[in-house]
Amino acid sequence: MLEFDVVELGEANHPEPGDEATEFTRPLVNDEFWEDRSLSELSREGDGPTILVFTPMLGSFVGKYVWDELRDRGWDDRAGRVVGVTISTPYAVKRFLEEEDCPFPFFSDPANAVAEAYGVDHELDDMEGISEPRPAFFALDSDLQVQGAWVAREWPEFPDYDDLEDELGLE
Amino acid sequence: MVTVAAESVNPLPFSRRFSDDDTFTRPFPERTAMSEPADPPITFYRLQACPFCERVTRTLQELGLEYRSRFVEPLHSKRDVVKRVAGVRTVPVIVDENTGVTMAESANIVDYLESTYGDAGATDAKTGTAVANGDGGAE
Repeated sequence: MLEFDVVELGEANHPEPGDEATEFTRPLVNDEFWEDRSLSELSREGDGPTILVFTPMLGSFVGKYVWDELRDRGWDDRAGRVVGVTISTPYAVKRFLEEEDCPFPFFSDPANAVAEAYGVDHELDDMEGISEPRPAFFALDSDLQVQGAWVAREWPEFPDYDDLEDELGLE
Repeated sequence: MVTVAAESVNPLPFSRRFSDDDTFTRPFPERTAMSEPADPPITFYRLQACPFCERVTRTLQELGLEYRSRFVEPLHSKRDVVKRVAGVRTVPVIVDENTGVTMAESANIVDYLESTYGDAGATDAKTGTAVANGDGGAE
């Protein structure tokens, strides 16, 4: 039998459906430039929910698996807006968008304060000084009210994407 | 020769700096108000730490103008957005929706900003030196 450890991350004190999500402003990175944008501003653009997706830093296999899956499932056409949150720098995000042909913009938050505000931060063992988000998804309406949420409880853990799409209200 | 003040060096320790960030504590009415906050009329394409861009930054701040910065990459080949809006791949570039002006090169931009938004009389005297920068001031 193979022996390996799936680490328990424990409960996350994150916003639940019906709660108001925390407003923030961070550089939003697309494939051409980055500029400061606020979450509330984004949530009022386009029709349908805004899906906020936290993943481990770009370059990790966990981040790659999640973003590959969302691209392959065509989430960019199925929500008002799908936007990532990462501790990766704007330069690293731009490279990732290019290399992975990823259609989603990202908020760059190297200090990980957004993940902390959403209760989904995670200290990495023996990467001193680096804290990053655990995988987490939040569907928000245009008033930033949480419509659906999924947060990883184990390290690593991936959602059942069909169930996740139901939870987040994707068609 | 353009010199740039080291105004971006933040003397506060990290914890203090962070406690001054009101991102998570800002009161709600700001964004729930009926009228949307308007986008700043000036869009400023810039490169991190580019002295010509910092010169434009300083002028925008001195004139008290609101602007939205769009940061691009060091490689010219990766600046398609700048080429598209301004026809060149150098920064700084500003797009001013107040006047419909799109402009490249820091000397031109500074001159434009001062003559458009500065004290009218004062700029005439300065014009001669403001445009005298031989290389145009761009990266």
